[in-house]
Amino acid sequence: MSRKLRATALAGVLTLAISGCGGVGGGGDSGGGGAEGSGALSTMGFSLSDEIATTRVDAFKRDHGDVRLTITEGAFDEQQFLSAVASGNPPDLVYMDRKLIGTYAERGSIQPLTDCVEKQRVDMAEYRQSAREQVTLDGTVYGIPEFSQVRVLYLNEALLKRAGLGADDVNLADWAGLPALNARLAAVSGGRLSRIGIDPKIPEFLPMWAKANGADMISADGTRANLTDPKVVEALTTGVGLIQAQGGWGKFKSFRDTFDFFGAQNPLAKNQIAAWPMEEWFLNQAAKNSPDAELVVKPFVDRQGKPLSLSSGQAWVVTKGAKNPEAACAFVKQMTATDTWLAAARARAEARKAANLPFTGLWTGNTTADKKIFDEVYKPTGNKRFDDAVQTIRQAQDAAFAMPASPAGAEFDKAWTDAVNRVLSGQEQPAQALDRAQREATAALDKAAD
Amino acid sequence: MATTTVTPAVPGRRRRASLARREARWAYLFLAPWIVGFLAFTAGPMIASLWLSFTEYDVINSPRFTGLDNYRQLMSDPQVARSLGNTVYYTALHVPLVMAISLGLALLLKRVGRLSGFFRTVFYLPVMTPAVAVGILFLLLLNTQDGLINRGLALVGIDGPSWTTDPDWVMPGIVLMSLWSLGSTVIIYLAALQGVPRDLYEAAQLDGAGAWARFRHVTLPMISGALFFTLIVNTIASLQMFTEVYTMYFGNRQTAGSFSSDAASFYVIHLFREAFQFLHMGFASAMAWLLFLIILVITLVQVKLGNRFVYYEGEDR
Repeated sequence: MSRKLRATALAGVLTLAISGCGGVGGGGDSGGGGAEGSGALSTMGFSLSDEIATTRVDAFKRDHGDVRLTITEGAFDEQQFLSAVASGNPPDLVYMDRKLIGTYAERGSIQPLTDCVEKQRVDMAEYRQSAREQVTLDGTVYGIPEFSQVRVLYLNEALLKRAGLGADDVNLADWAGLPALNARLAAVSGGRLSRIGIDPKIPEFLPMWAKANGADMISADGTRANLTDPKVVEALTTGVGLIQAQGGWGKFKSFRDTFDFFGAQNPLAKNQIAAWPMEEWFLNQAAKNSPDAELVVKPFVDRQGKPLSLSSGQAWVVTKGAKNPEAACAFVKQMTATDTWLAAARARAEARKAANLPFTGLWTGNTTADKKIFDEVYKPTGNKRFDDAVQTIRQAQDAAFAMPASPAGAEFDKAWTDAVNRVLSGQEQPAQALDRAQREATAALDKAAD
Repeated sequence: MATTTVTPAVPGRRRRASLARREARWAYLFLAPWIVGFLAFTAGPMIASLWLSFTEYDVINSPRFTGLDNYRQLMSDPQVARSLGNTVYYTALHVPLVMAISLGLALLLKRVGRLSGFFRTVFYLPVMTPAVAVGILFLLLLNTQDGLINRGLALVGIDGPSWTTDPDWVMPGIVLMSLWSLGSTVIIYLAALQGVPRDLYEAAQLDGAGAWARFRHVTLPMISGALFFTLIVNTIASLQMFTEVYTMYFGNRQTAGSFSSDAASFYVIHLFREAFQFLHMGFASAMAWLLFLIILVITLVQVKLGNRFVYYEGEDR
């Protein structure tokens, strides 16, 4: 079947069932590359939304004046990407969540970057191990990572004090003590939840709770599910128990849905939550919107008390059929190079300074860049709470793990998140739900391996 | 005699035939853009997707013929059955409610008089609201603790349900949301009501018919065409429900979080995820064709049954 027919068919599925949604290719212009410094180059999934993006793109444009760069702005859209691939008109580069790479690599829609890494002398050892694992399938590198978002434990010390507790009393290693701690911190009266004690942040953070309990939910090569491990079941049971004790999932979620983490009326400022693991970006929001809040940031820990974090991030991939892979490779190299990150961090720090806001760091996924940024650009704010928090996040970066690349990553994620949701909704017990999820995930992984 | 009468008629028939051919050519010429569009963007893709439904196809690599495997899987996949069940359940609730409420509103609007233009606009405005915005809006309205709906229920002493998390209440919540956009049906009914001849009501009244009898024996038969049309259109739309529910439960993580519910898994949402998230385009094509056949059968049944009850002006009864 020709590519045109396949593209037509793709449209057909939607015609039958959904009204049309657009697709964007990489542009009709042939790359005309051949040398890294010329031709057209197109990207998808990336936006020039802030100085971190614009500074780095400007650096590339400055050094590669002969490359006609077209950035189709917007978040990565699977439908848009697949339509472009099916029509034989993919962009050269795609910027996507690292967890998607395994699936697309397995199906051959993105290129191995072995030659790119070699020719451009990209030192993969510079990237954090968790990021490297997410862009590597069967030992082959398929993407160059960007950013490393980690999860840390945020505490509202004002609420802890009200409960007669201090930050040291919150010990996530002691799972047996969590229900009592949760009961002291939460406020439930008349069946109404007005303050969350501990938010386990499940389904999203179940892999981190499972890891804290000593279990990986999927094998390191991303091909075997491990959802029926008693340690995973125990992690889910613990998380669900914390939520059920706060009025049940319905009330818990509806209360949490009212939170505005990006404004002055955030749940920290409004004393709506006492302890919660969350991505490190909230520190920026807190520094901007609630600089006087009594915020304490601690590392998430395993049951032995050792720091642990779940890492995620984006990556650049070169598509199969890219018309200008040489320029794409040069672009990726420059976007993720230490000097480029350093320039971007300086731009961010200046922008923050101009807005009278603190610069709380930049987590690039590149360890050399991170170190230089903290050695040369980062300046403590003088607010001990935020300065300590930045150091905690630095430690969490070094203790982070990531869900490995998997050929059926999307289906694996669906299987276990559906399981957690069934438990939260009261439809199934943890063991029963994870047993079904294991069967669904295994079927998907086996099919992908065929 | 025969010669004199027949001979002049032949050029006349030829002229008429020639004129008809010319008119047909012009008609086809004017229709051509639509025909080309239909063949290229509807019929062609449908045929291609029919072929794909017999293949294993991940959009990236060439399709591999697998015969009826996708259709066998369709019959045995519990998630397909669940999503189809949800969709039918939604349709069974949504369509009668939309029709009944819209008719009630249209009857009220007809009585409003001078302000009817204002109210028509008010009722139609929600139709103009983007579906994604409606999904997000109703996530807030249906919030268990702080949503306006449960707050309203609390005023009359009712402890409102968990609309978005309790599997038993997810679908009623979605149906509630769907009633937000019934303006189109209201406008159709209003137009139909305004077309009912006044003298029929006067005659019925003279014969002693009360309000209910006039509604039952005059209004309903006279607007049965509009009722039938909206029945078919709303049924088809319900079976293709996608955007609002996808936004609420499966779309943006900022709005839906990572919580989704089996109870909100509609057929087209499942199809979309199979096609674009799990890259099972062949299977998704089979799902699309199954839905097409279901809609076709339901519509044919509705037409068959509907023709017995629908009054078409000018027809002999």
